[in-house]
Amino acid sequence: MNSPSQPVKKICLIVSRGSLDGVYPALIMANGARMEGIEASVFFTFFGLNALVDKTLDHLKVATVGNSAMNMAMPMLGLPMTMPFPTWMGAIPGVSAFATHLMNKEMEKLDVPPVREFLDLISDSGGKIYACKLAMDMFKLTRGDLCERVDGILTVGQFYEEAAGEGSHILFT
Amino acid sequence: MIKNLAGTDLDVNEEGYLTNMAQWTEPIAAAIAEEEGVGPLVEGHWRVIRYLREQQSKGAALTIRGMGKSGVVTTKELYDLFPGGPLKKSSKIAGIPKPVGCI
Repeated sequence: MNSPSQPVKKICLIVSRGSLDGVYPALIMANGARMEGIEASVFFTFFGLNALVDKTLDHLKVATVGNSAMNMAMPMLGLPMTMPFPTWMGAIPGVSAFATHLMNKEMEKLDVPPVREFLDLISDSGGKIYACKLAMDMFKLTRGDLCERVDGILTVGQFYEEAAGEGSHILFT
Repeated sequence: MIKNLAGTDLDVNEEGYLTNMAQWTEPIAAAIAEEEGVGPLVEGHWRVIRYLREQQSKGAALTIRGMGKSGVVTTKELYDLFPGGPLKKSSKIAGIPKPVGCI
């Protein structure tokens, strides 16, 4: 086992969700790692592939249904956090788009880029972006469907090979 | 605390960042760069350093995205120029505080 002073040298993030709020944390962690001189790779699987598919990656939405932690403050209306956001409300047409609009606006203020620009940033910083082979097959996707920043389509075994190394960590988001 | 670099006594914090950017000179930048393992400073480094000091004196928040969009340097170049932590190392060499943001 590593001693507590053993630094993180590499971080491999797995993204399995394709909502905006499902994708951003991993992108932020990967970019943050590169800024600290830590190697980073992000492996997109299942619905996470939406963040790599050229036709969908600019249109990811905040999940407003089935999110029990959602409340009127996040990222909706600036009302108290203690006011619940009922799931039925999230199902109303336009509500997810509106919540997405609000989150995008806040992100821009914090200088957090949109997904496509974020992938460019991570890629330019030397971070690696991978798609899951099995999920690609399941969704009938090919390399041509993905944005150009994708470094490769990996099997699970290849992902673990890629993750090898002392001080390397794998995180599922 | 006080640290002597390039023959000058400087006020620095525990991580070695200058606490008074007015004490900074080019030879001090070169000395910090050497300590940080950033090779001899070339024109690209100086462009970044000048930009950082200018932004800092304006009170602007520094982010890696902002650097890439500044037109001073691309993201790739910034990582190449300051390996192992581009914004942290360049800020240290520029004699300004360590950036506090996550982005």
